[in-house]
Amino acid sequence: MRPTIVKREPVVDDALDQCEARLTEEEIEKVINEVIDKETGGRLWTYVNTCIHCGLCAEACHWFISNDRDVSFAPVTKVKDTIWVMLEKKGKVDAAFIKRCSQIAHTECNLCRRCGMYCPFGIDIAYMLLVVRRICAKLGMVPLYLQDTVHSHAATMNQMWVKPDEWIDTLQWQEEEAQGYVPSARLPLEKEGAEIMYSVIGPEPKFLAQLLGNITVIMKVAGLDWTMPATAGWDNSNMAMYSGDFEIMARVERLHHETAQRLKVKKIVMGECGHAFRGAEYDGPTWMGWMKPPIPIVHAIEFYYDLIKSGKIKIVKKAEGPITSQYPCNVIRNAGLGSKLQYIMSAVCENFVDLIPNDRHAFCCNAGGGTINCGPPWKKLRVQSARLQSENFKRTGAHTIVTPCHNCHSGVEDIVDKYKLGMHVKFFSELLIEAMEIPEHLKPKEE
Amino acid sequence: MYEFVSGPLVWIAFAIFVGGSLYKIYYMLSNCKKENVVFPHMSLKHSLASLVHWVIPFNNQYMQKRPIFTIVSFAFHICLVLTPVFLLAHLVLLDESWNISWFNIPDGIADWMTIVVIIGCIFFLYRRLADPVVKNVTDGSDYLLLAITALPFITGFIAYHQLFAYKTILIIHILAGEIMLIAIPFTRLSHMLFFVFTRAYFGSEQGHVKNSKDW
Repeated sequence: MRPTIVKREPVVDDALDQCEARLTEEEIEKVINEVIDKETGGRLWTYVNTCIHCGLCAEACHWFISNDRDVSFAPVTKVKDTIWVMLEKKGKVDAAFIKRCSQIAHTECNLCRRCGMYCPFGIDIAYMLLVVRRICAKLGMVPLYLQDTVHSHAATMNQMWVKPDEWIDTLQWQEEEAQGYVPSARLPLEKEGAEIMYSVIGPEPKFLAQLLGNITVIMKVAGLDWTMPATAGWDNSNMAMYSGDFEIMARVERLHHETAQRLKVKKIVMGECGHAFRGAEYDGPTWMGWMKPPIPIVHAIEFYYDLIKSGKIKIVKKAEGPITSQYPCNVIRNAGLGSKLQYIMSAVCENFVDLIPNDRHAFCCNAGGGTINCGPPWKKLRVQSARLQSENFKRTGAHTIVTPCHNCHSGVEDIVDKYKLGMHVKFFSELLIEAMEIPEHLKPKEE
Repeated sequence: MYEFVSGPLVWIAFAIFVGGSLYKIYYMLSNCKKENVVFPHMSLKHSLASLVHWVIPFNNQYMQKRPIFTIVSFAFHICLVLTPVFLLAHLVLLDESWNISWFNIPDGIADWMTIVVIIGCIFFLYRRLADPVVKNVTDGSDYLLLAITALPFITGFIAYHQLFAYKTILIIHILAGEIMLIAIPFTRLSHMLFFVFTRAYFGSEQGHVKNSKDW
C-alpha cells in the first residue's frame, strides 16, 4: 500500500520529540504486541478483517471535510497509517512512526464516533484509534500538555492541580455568592446519606467557579437533598482515559465512585461535561470489569430535563433572540440525550434554532477527545479543522451558542474567536439561572 | 479437466468454504470472549434494529446522502448472491447429481443480473482509481478481490452466450466460482460472514449500552 501523502506545518511538542529520541525498537515491538495480544480481542481482529477499504467513513469526519477533503484526515487513512501497519509489521516499527501515530490518534481525532455510525459494517474506528492511543501512552508518546493533565490526575486526583484547601475554599466562596441570590442556599459538604452527590470537572473550581454558585442556587430552588465531597474524588473528569493511560483512568474513576459510595448517596449528578460522563458511565466501569457504574450517573442535561419537566424548576423569563446549541458527542451520539437537550433548550429559549445536522448526527466541536488538552502547539490545526462546524453555527444566525460540555465550551469559544462569529458561548445552567423562577420566600428580603 | 473441476473440486471448494467460514466465525467469537465488553453488551432487539436500518436501502441518513452508491451497492450485492443460487443452469446440474431443485430465475433476467454485477465491479474499480480516499487505502489485494468477484460473472456471461471457446470458458468459469468460494473465509470477502456480527455489536453498543442509535 502506498504511503499517505501528509502535508502538515511542523509542530514542536517537546514530549513527543524527547520520546522519539529515547524509544528503542525493541521496546516498541514489545509494547505493541503486548497491547494487541493482551488488551484487544475479537473486535480489533474482526474490524481489520472486515474493512473492505470503501472509504465511506471519510464523509463523516469533520477533520476531512474542514481540511478541503485532505485524504490524510479521513478516518480510514488514520487507521491505515497506524494500526494496520502495526499489525502487518507485527510491531516492528520505529520511533518516528509512533510519534506520527500519537499525532494522528491524540491530536487529529476526537474519538467522536461519528465515522462508526457512517460505516456500513458499523466498524468502530474510534475504538481502533483508542487502541493506538493506548499503545502510544504505554510508550510514553503523549503530547506534553495532555500528559500534564494526566500527571495532575495521578498526583492530586483532579485534572487541574487543585489543592485540597483551594477546593473547599472555592466551594465556600461560591456558597456565599449563591446566598446573594438566595440567602438560604447552602452548598453542603460531606453530607452522608444525601440523595445526590454533585461532581464537577477540575476546571470548574479552577476558572469557572461561578458554575458552582449557579448549581447551589438551582439545587435550593428545586429543593433537593444534595452534597459535594470535601475530599479528593470530587473531580469526575478523566484525561487519562484520553491519553491511553488506563491504569490512572481506573484510579480516577474508582475514587469518584467510591467517594459517592462513602457518602451513601442514591445517585451522582454531574456538571455539564461530556467526556466525564463517558468515563464515569462507560470507559471506567468497563475497564475495571464493573460493566456498569455502582451508583447511577445522571448527566446535567438529563438532570435539568427532569427538573423542568417535573415542574421543580419553573421557567418565567425565557432567553430572547435566536439561540443554538452544540450537541456534545459523548452525551448525545454516545448517550442518547439529544431529544432531552432539545426539550430543555426549547424550555428556556424563546427561539431555539437547531443545528443542521443535529442530534446524534451533529458534528464534533473539534475540542473533544482530549485534543484541546494537547495544548497550544496543536491549536492552530485543531481550530482550522473545525471550519465545518463554524459554518453550521453561522447558518443558525444565533447570538448565543449553548454548550452543555466543558470541552465543547472551550472548543466553541475558539471557533467563535477564529471565524469571527460574534456569538456568545454559554453553559446551559447560565441560561437556566436567568430564566427560572426564584420563589418569593427564597428571595433576599428588602432591608 | 471438466470432470475434475465440476466434480471433486466442487466438493473441495464447498468444504473449504463451509469449514473455513465456520472456523473464522468460531475464531472471532472465541476472541471476543477474551474481551469483557462484547457479549455483555449484546442485545437482540438492538442488533435487529441496526440490521433493519442497514439492510433496507435508504433506511438511514447516510444512504440518503449517497443515492448512487447506495443503489449500485445494493443492486450489486443482491444480484451477486441471488444469481448463482437461482440460476437454471446451476439448478440443472444440482438436479442431475442429487435430484433436488428449487425455484429458478428466468434466464433473461439472470443475464441482466449478471450484467449488474459486472457493472458494479466496474463502478467499484472506478472508485478505487478515482476517489482519492479510496485510492489511498487500496493495494494489490483490493484489485485481486475485485477480480475474484468479477471473474465468475464475466466468464458465466461469456459461457451462457457461447461467445467463444465454450468448453474452455466453462472450465474457467467453474474454477473462478470455486476460487471465490474458497476466498470468502480467508480474505476480506469475509465481510459477507462478519457483516451481521459487526452490525449487531455496534447496534447493541449504541442502542443497548449507550441509549442511542446507529443509523
